[in-house]
Amino acid sequence: MKNLFSLTVVSGILNTMVSLATPFLYAALGETIAQSSGVVNLGVDGVMLLSAFAAFYVALTTGSLWLGLLAAAIVGLLMGLLMSFVSVTLKAEQGVSGIGLYMFGLGMSSLLFKILIGTVKTVKGFPPVVIPLLGDIPIVGPILFRNSLPVYGAFLLVPLVWWLLEKTTLGLRIKSVGQNPAAADSLGISVDRIRYLSVCLGSTLAGIAGASLSICLLNLFQDDLTAGQGFIAVALVYFGGWNPVGVMGGALLFSVVNSMQLWMQVLGVKIPSSVAVMLPYLLTIAALTITVNRMRQPAALNKPFERGEN
Amino acid sequence: MTRRSLFIAVVLGVLITASVTAAPFRIAVVMPSATTDMAFSQSMWSALQSIQKEMGGASALELKYSENMYKVPDAAAAVRDYASQGFDIVIAHGSQYGSSVQEIAKDFPDVTFAWGTDVNTFGLPNVYAYTAAAEQGGYVNGVIAAKVTKSRKIGVTGPVEVGDAKTYIDGFLQGVQSVDKSITISKTWTGSFSDVALMTAAAKTHIASGADVLTGSSQSVVGSIQAAIDKGSVLWFGTQADQASLASALVVASQVYDWTGMLRDMITKHKAGVLGGTQYTLTLANGGLKIAYNPSYKLPSSAKSAGDASIQGITKGTIKVEP
Amino acid sequence: MAGVIVALAIGAIMLVVLKADPIAAYAALVRGAVGTRFGLTQTLVKATPLLLVGLGICIAFRANVINIGGEGQIIAGALMAAWFPLTFSSWPGWLLIPATMIAGFLAGSAWGFVPGILKARLRVNEILSTIMMNSIALQLMNLLLQGPLMDPEGVKARTFLAQSAQLPAQVWLPRLVPRTLLHAGAIVAVVLAVVVYIFLWRTTIGYNIRAVGLNPNASRYSGINVPTYQALSLTLAGGFAGLAGVLEVIGVQHRLLEGLTSGYGFTGIVAALLGSLHPLGLIPASILFGGLLVGADTMQRAVQVPSSLVVALLGLVVLFVSGSALWSRKWAARQRRIEDA
Repeated sequence: MKNLFSLTVVSGILNTMVSLATPFLYAALGETIAQSSGVVNLGVDGVMLLSAFAAFYVALTTGSLWLGLLAAAIVGLLMGLLMSFVSVTLKAEQGVSGIGLYMFGLGMSSLLFKILIGTVKTVKGFPPVVIPLLGDIPIVGPILFRNSLPVYGAFLLVPLVWWLLEKTTLGLRIKSVGQNPAAADSLGISVDRIRYLSVCLGSTLAGIAGASLSICLLNLFQDDLTAGQGFIAVALVYFGGWNPVGVMGGALLFSVVNSMQLWMQVLGVKIPSSVAVMLPYLLTIAALTITVNRMRQPAALNKPFERGEN
Repeated sequence: MTRRSLFIAVVLGVLITASVTAAPFRIAVVMPSATTDMAFSQSMWSALQSIQKEMGGASALELKYSENMYKVPDAAAAVRDYASQGFDIVIAHGSQYGSSVQEIAKDFPDVTFAWGTDVNTFGLPNVYAYTAAAEQGGYVNGVIAAKVTKSRKIGVTGPVEVGDAKTYIDGFLQGVQSVDKSITISKTWTGSFSDVALMTAAAKTHIASGADVLTGSSQSVVGSIQAAIDKGSVLWFGTQADQASLASALVVASQVYDWTGMLRDMITKHKAGVLGGTQYTLTLANGGLKIAYNPSYKLPSSAKSAGDASIQGITKGTIKVEP
Repeated sequence: MAGVIVALAIGAIMLVVLKADPIAAYAALVRGAVGTRFGLTQTLVKATPLLLVGLGICIAFRANVINIGGEGQIIAGALMAAWFPLTFSSWPGWLLIPATMIAGFLAGSAWGFVPGILKARLRVNEILSTIMMNSIALQLMNLLLQGPLMDPEGVKARTFLAQSAQLPAQVWLPRLVPRTLLHAGAIVAVVLAVVVYIFLWRTTIGYNIRAVGLNPNASRYSGINVPTYQALSLTLAGGFAGLAGVLEVIGVQHRLLEGLTSGYGFTGIVAALLGSLHPLGLIPASILFGGLLVGADTMQRAVQVPSSLVVALLGLVVLFVSGSALWSRKWAARQRRIEDA
C-alpha cells in the first residue's frame, strides 16, 4: 500500500483523473445550465454518443479535428432542439422524453457507425499542447499544463459557466425561470424561449463531451462508446448542487477515485477487482452523506410550464 | 397438338431447372454483441461470411443474423423464430443462451442447433456445442511477450474475470512465467465488456507504471490498443480476432478464432443427416486457433522460434496449459 | 396518437434508405407481437417485468420521487433469487417459491431503501443515489458471479461461464403455455397490480403516499411525515423491481446469468408513464410496450436491418409518445395541482 503514495503513482493518478474528468465536465456543466432553467435531460448519454460519432466520422473523412468538433456541436444542438421541442413545447414528462432521446442517440450512433464505417478505426486526435514555462513546473506541470485543447476547455468552462449563471442577465433569467416560471413570465420573460436556449446550450456542451471522447481522449468510435457516462454526468449535477464549482468537485472526486482504483489493481493491492470498480460510486454517495448538501434544487425542475394556470 | 407439347416442354423445362438450382443451405446466427466488435461476435460472423464465399455466395448459403442480443429471452425468441422458419442450422453464439437452446432444440428435431462457448450438448441429438481453448493461444502470446519485453513489466487489461477472457489470461500468465518468473505482470479488470474509456485508462495506468507490453480481451480492448498507440512504444498481443489492422506497428501477434473448419464439418454432417451430438473445441492442434503474427512488426527470431516451439509443444501435448 | 405516426413515418424513411421494405417490416412487427402464438406469449413474457417495475415506479412517482434505480434493484432481486433457492434447496416447491419471491422483494426493497433513507435523512437527491446504486449492484453481481455464485459445472469444465448453477427444479415457475416462455409470474404480476391499486386508493398508507406527492405542504401540516413516506415509496419501488428480477430468474431462465436484467429499469419507466401512473392502466400499457419490443425484434429478423435501427426507432416512439398531447396534458394538470396551495 505504501507504493500507492509514491510520486510516480500520485502524479499518474492525477493525470488519469484529468482525462477521465473531461467528458464529465462538459456534459455535467451543460446539464447544470439546462437544469437551472428547470428541465432535466436524461438523454445526455445519447447526445454524447451521436455527437461522438459525428465528430469521429467528420474527422476521419476530412482529416480536420476542428470540423469534427464543430460537427459534434451541431449534432448536440440539433438534439437539444428535439429535446426542447418535446419537453418544453409538447410538455412531455422529462424523465421519459430523456430516455427516448437516449435510445435514439444510442441507436442512431450505432446504426450510422455500422453503415458508414463498419469496423473499428482510429484517428489521430487532439495532441497535447504544452504551455511554455508552466508546463515545466515539476510534478504539477505535466498534470495541469500538458493537456490537449479540449481538456483545457473543459476546465476553463467551470468559471465560464459560473460567470454565466451568476453574473449575467441571461443567467439570472435562466435561474428565475427555473425557480419560479410564473413570476418570470409575468415579468415578461419568455419561459419557453429561455428553456429552449438553456437546453440547447447544455446539449451542445454534451455534444462536445462526446467529441472529447472520440477525437481527443480515446481517438476511436465503437458501439456504446460512452458506456453510461452521460448518466453519471447528470448525477454529478445533483452532487454539485447546481453550482459549477460543486459539479467540478464531483467530477474530480469521481474521476480521482476511478483512477486510483485502477492504480490499486495495477500495483497488486489485494482487493477484488469488482470492489475496486465500485469505489468511485461508493465514495460519491459517501461524500454526499458527509457534506450536508443544502438542496438548492430549482423549484420548477421537471415541471412543464403552462401560462395562465395559476 | 403442337400447343400441348409446347406446354409440356415448358413445364418439364421449368421442373428440370428447378431441380438443378438446388435450394440454398440456410444458417442463422444469434449473437450477444455487434458484428463489428473486433472480438467474439465478429469472429463468428466473418467465419460465416468466408464459408459463404467458399460455397459460392448467397445462392448457395443463405445467412441471417441477429446481433446485440444480450437479453437472453430476446435471443431465445430469435433462435426459436429462425428454427421455425426452417433454417438448417441455427447458431446460438453466446454462453448465456444455453438453457434456451436446451428447451428449443427439443421442439425442432429437424433443425441443428450449434451453441457456444460451452461443452454441453445436453444429450440431445440435434445440438452441437463448441468452445475455444483460449488459454492455448494465451500461453503462446505469453511466451513471446516474455521474450520481447524490455522493461520486464507486462500489463493485462481484462474486462470481467469469466469465460474465455479468464482462460485466455490464465494461459497468458503461464506462458510468461514459463520463460521468466521474475517478469512483473499487473492485471486490471474493468468490470465491463464494453467500457472503452475505463479500459483506456487502465492501459494508460499499466504503461505509466512501466509496462511496455500489453494484452487483454473483449471488444473494449480497442481502448488499450489506442493507449499503446498514444505511447508509441508499447506492444500489443490480441485474442479472438486479428487486431493488427488497428495498430500495424505495435501489434505483435493475435490469437485468432477460426470457426470455419468447425462450420464446414457441421454443414457436411447436417447434409449427411447427423444433426448434432459433437462437442467441438478450437485448439492450436486442429487449426481452430491460429496465432497470426503481424507481418508489419519485426519480431526477433529468438522470440518467434520460442513462440513456434510452444505452438508445437501444445499441439503435441508436451506442454499442458490449464486455465 | 399523431406522435406515434410521425415516429413510424420517420422509421419508414430510415428503412427505405437501408433498402428494406417498410410495409414488410411493419407487418412483421405486428405479426411478431400478436400474430403468432409464440409471439403473443413472448409479448406477455416481456410485459411481466415491465408491469412489476412500472408498479414500483408508479408508487414512487405518486410520492413525487423519481426512481431511476430499477436496474440495480432488479439485480438485487435476481441475486437473491439465485442465492436463496440454492441455499435452501431442500425446501419443497410450495414453500420455496413464495419464500424466494418474498426474499427477492426484500432484497430489492433494501436496494431502494438506501437511496430512500439518504433522501429522507440527509436530503441526498435520489436521482444521484439511484444512478450510483445501479453501478454498485452491477459490480456486486460481477463479484458474486465470478466467485461464490459461479456455476460449479462451469468451474469443473473450466469454461468459467458468468452464470450461477441451475436452480433446483421445484422453484421453477410453471409454464402457462407449453413450448413457450410464458410463466406463472405473469399472473402474479397482474394480481399485484390490483393489490397496488387497492393499496394506493383504499389504505391509509397509500393515501398518505399520494397526498405527499400531490401536496407536500398540506401533508406536512396534517401531520404526515413527508420524508418518511418518500423513503417508503422508494423502498416499495425497489421491492417491485426486485420481484421483477426474481421472476425473470425463476420463471424464464432458471438460473442467474448476465444480461438477464438489462434495460427493464428504464423501459419500466416508459411503461409506467404510458399507463398514466395508474396500476390498472399499467396492465394494458405494459402489454402494449412489451408487444412493441417483441415486434421490433421480429421486424429486425424479417428484413435483416441492424438492431440499432430498431433501438433508434423505439427512441423516437418514446420521444413522440411522451410528447403526445393526450396524457402530457394530464401530466401538466397533475403538476399544476401540486402548485395549488
